[in-house]
Amino acid sequence: MASTETTTVTEGAGPAAVKDGGRHDMSGLEAGLDALETVQTTRIPLRQTLVQKVLPPLTAVLLVLVVWQGLVSFKIVDDPSKLPSPSAVWDEVSDAWLQGTLLDYIWTSVSRGLLGFLLALAIGTPLGLVVARVRFIRSAIGPILSGLQSLPSVAWVPPAVIWLGLDNKMMYAVILLGAVPSIANGLVSGVDQVPPLFLRAGRTLGATGLRHTWHIVLPAALPGYLAGLKQGWAFSWRSLMAAEIIASSPDLGIGLGQLLENGRNASSMSMVFLAIFLILIVGIAIDLLIFSPLERRVLRSRGLLVRS
Amino acid sequence: MATTLAKAADGGTQTTGPAARIEHVSKSFATPAGQQLVLDDITLDVAPGEFVTLLGASGCGKSTLLNLVAGLDRPSSGEISTQGRPALMFQEHALFPWLTAGKNIELALKLRGVAKADRRTRAEELLELVRLNGAYGKRVHELSGGMRQRVALARALAQDSRLLLMDEPFAALDAITRDVLHDELTRIWRETNVSVLFVTHNVREAVRLAERVVLLSSRPGRVAHEWRVDIPQPRRIEDTAVAELSVEITEQLRGEIRRHGQH
Repeated sequence: MASTETTTVTEGAGPAAVKDGGRHDMSGLEAGLDALETVQTTRIPLRQTLVQKVLPPLTAVLLVLVVWQGLVSFKIVDDPSKLPSPSAVWDEVSDAWLQGTLLDYIWTSVSRGLLGFLLALAIGTPLGLVVARVRFIRSAIGPILSGLQSLPSVAWVPPAVIWLGLDNKMMYAVILLGAVPSIANGLVSGVDQVPPLFLRAGRTLGATGLRHTWHIVLPAALPGYLAGLKQGWAFSWRSLMAAEIIASSPDLGIGLGQLLENGRNASSMSMVFLAIFLILIVGIAIDLLIFSPLERRVLRSRGLLVRS
Repeated sequence: MATTLAKAADGGTQTTGPAARIEHVSKSFATPAGQQLVLDDITLDVAPGEFVTLLGASGCGKSTLLNLVAGLDRPSSGEISTQGRPALMFQEHALFPWLTAGKNIELALKLRGVAKADRRTRAEELLELVRLNGAYGKRVHELSGGMRQRVALARALAQDSRLLLMDEPFAALDAITRDVLHDELTRIWRETNVSVLFVTHNVREAVRLAERVVLLSSRPGRVAHEWRVDIPQPRRIEDTAVAELSVEITEQLRGEIRRHGQH
């Protein structure tokens, strides 16, 4: 025991003085440790974001356009009814824009999709919470709920048409049947993945019942819940397109699904392409504008987002 | 509410009975091999303002005992009484990552029923007590391991409990940080006059901190021996007196562990 010897020497020099000096050392030491071990967070400069995040997808899109134009220009696919040229699709876009119908198509579908999604959110969230927290309900409908998630929502279109007729109610029903299980399941798995330590910590702080759910369980489950929402939106959008394509009717107004179906009926491949692009772009845009920022914000604030 | 610490420091508005009384407590768990006795007839009092460390090798059930005192589990037999709900600190900081350091403390205050207007001030006082004045708005992941445990300590103190249970709270820290936190804990314990029941497997740590060290035997856990530590505070982990007593206790602890190799 080497330390024993050292202590004996210092004690000979006067324990009280050493103790006082020691105290001072300790708080200095503490300040030093705090300064050394604090994680510094800095924002990434805009230029770097542009080069790392924006440039790669733009390059990919450009490459697809080049290949597409090449296929048409070099007459590798020489049939405009199979593959229209990019310029023909662009003409379709500008025509629709000039006629003022482009935004109508988009808005008809997006407003349906978002409203349906909000309804799904309002139903899926309490449902998920109840399934996650009440054991009996979980064993009763948990498996059905996971099963429903793998059922293609297009399967709901025929019964929805029979039950509700060809109107907006039918569209919302299909969206709900597609999105509610995803949202509920996302919340269930979010709750399941809450570290038990947080639950214990919450209970020792005196959180019980609803307060425990509200202050501990729900915020802890938020990342899983958000992942469920993201998937729920994807399901809403897909279900809606399926419903619009299958069940088109003049009374319903022209959404993107009907546009696609109209293009097929008119044998206009450029209109079909236009519709497909718009469906794709809306799906990406909603994700980029709403869900990704939300998810990133939550993960970053918890230190769960690792920057490479 | 902001004056609670000062009131506690006056020393004894509440001197009726011990902070925790553990009487003939046994605990067994059902295992595939039948009932396994983890704690056997433990009797232990923690006096108001006393600092007790529970020491033992693995399998002595010290964390089980702490859970029982915290009310997270029930004893199989015997009785445990505490004055109010004890505060509990874990080896992991257990801070909520969706809240800032300050809001973690405020949640504890809120759950205890402190009025909204007083929470912010009280949280900042508690952060000051653990010397983390600027950390109110910091996220948990922005703090170092030692700072996280200090915020966790502040959050536990926010419960304004007369008894603080600590389950190896410094075990995952490096030696220098741990020394600093020992100092902080001793200072805060003396300032607040809170009773502490501190579980550890580190003999030096036990002697450095405690007024009384209780050694538990393993499988099942029983109180094997007790030492009163009269070395004056502030102590340092490298003090001769701490080292000497640690040697004696370590001998006993080794003896307890050896017994298990014999049968």
